[in-house]
Amino acid sequence: MKGIGDSVIEDTVVELLRMAVTQLPADVEGALKRIFDEETEAASKMQMKAILENLDLARKTGTPLCQDTGIHVFFVRLGPECGDIEAIIRKAVERGTKQIPLRPNAVHPITRKNPGTNLGVHMPYIYYEPGAGDCLEITVMPKGAGSENMSQMAMLTPSSGEKGIKEFALSTLLRAGSNPCPPVLIGMGIGGSADICMGLAKKALLRPLGSHNQDPAVASLEKELYGALNGIGIGPMGLGGRNSLLGFHIEHAYCHTASHPVAINIQCWAARRASARIYPDGKVEYLTHKKEGK
Amino acid sequence: MADHHLRLPVSEQDVRALRAGDTVYITGTMYTARDEAHMRALEWIKEGKTLPVDFGQGALYHCGPIMKKEGEGWRLVAAGPTTSSRMNGLEAQFIEKTGARLIIGKGGMNKAVGEAMKKFGAVYLAFTGGAAVLAAQRVKKVGGVHWLDLGMPEAVWVLESEQFGPLTVAMDADGRSLFEDVARRIEKNAVEAKKRLGIG
Repeated sequence: MKGIGDSVIEDTVVELLRMAVTQLPADVEGALKRIFDEETEAASKMQMKAILENLDLARKTGTPLCQDTGIHVFFVRLGPECGDIEAIIRKAVERGTKQIPLRPNAVHPITRKNPGTNLGVHMPYIYYEPGAGDCLEITVMPKGAGSENMSQMAMLTPSSGEKGIKEFALSTLLRAGSNPCPPVLIGMGIGGSADICMGLAKKALLRPLGSHNQDPAVASLEKELYGALNGIGIGPMGLGGRNSLLGFHIEHAYCHTASHPVAINIQCWAARRASARIYPDGKVEYLTHKKEGK
Repeated sequence: MADHHLRLPVSEQDVRALRAGDTVYITGTMYTARDEAHMRALEWIKEGKTLPVDFGQGALYHCGPIMKKEGEGWRLVAAGPTTSSRMNGLEAQFIEKTGARLIIGKGGMNKAVGEAMKKFGAVYLAFTGGAAVLAAQRVKKVGGVHWLDLGMPEAVWVLESEQFGPLTVAMDADGRSLFEDVARRIEKNAVEAKKRLGIG
């Protein structure tokens, strides 16, 4: 006897995909509105105006706000017993690709063949996290390539210290420049190993804007980097302006005494994410979006 | 900074009259092409084959749209621009060989492309990245598709647009680039940022 039915999970994942690509979470839309208000130059104001108008249109028409509906990265906290979660998510992604519709983005890395389904080896990708106990929690992050392509990682030497992290942050942001659809959210990973570090950088993108790392030393570095880099002048879509960042989030892990890994995963202004909890009785609680009609 | 309402095709003279910072709206045929379509087009030209579309007669749009098949035709769902810099290594040759004069994208292109624009009379028009529904509203009809074997995002889609914009002339045929102007300001700001971070 399984705790949660496969179809409830599949339907919820399709709904999460639809929510994520058609509407931004309130914290992200709020930040974009604030930036529109703060921009003073004609060029940057025009870019922010188009961004906000587009959000409105996408919401009203139930259309994906950006044509790059990304590759699909899932974060799952397993709770009560349920079926083959990977198989269910794959079914939901294939269905969502047709129904919503999503752009089929997943291709073979060498032949570049596109199966047209958003399915392939290890795609969608699922991160499993420790269980949430009485419920199954699923988060989807549709990740576009424009910002992902500007991501960087470095295995610094421990002697380069905090200075090394700051130099890496500045050089990565400058190198990305106008390409990742600014204003961007910077997700930074510090510590762990190479793979852990970039994973932390990605996870940092899931945190709501305005939140801070719980470690005071890391939180202080987040604030310092945001304060120094937001006004660098890249501006909305790289055409100049007062705001280049939506936020600067850092997640950290302890690392080998001989290592100093640092990674940046960049998120475009369309910082899409959607989460839901599913309870054993089939009740679904959406955490980031309001379900229509409710 | 002037507003221009252009009807395609445009002449070299029309294009050379556009100045960086101007706003442009386009009415006419746009052809999408990203990495794969650029590569195939250049390959076909090298082999002496005729391309399925004439990029010189329309506008080249760096875009991989979401399309939905409806009956025999296609409905455009979303069509914002993709990152143009991915085509940096291909575009100078593309401009020379195809005669493309209007290139629409986001994020700008490098100096080599800027040089080709100057030499052959072409401009780069920036559209807001991610503004895919706004863009789709200005496309009145999907005229067809070529090279669909490359996949939906990489195929060449024929889009009939009306008042497509607002587009910002970000690189003009005189060699001026708004992105380079911004880069100069960023360079100055970076000195200040380094000081604030104690890494100056």
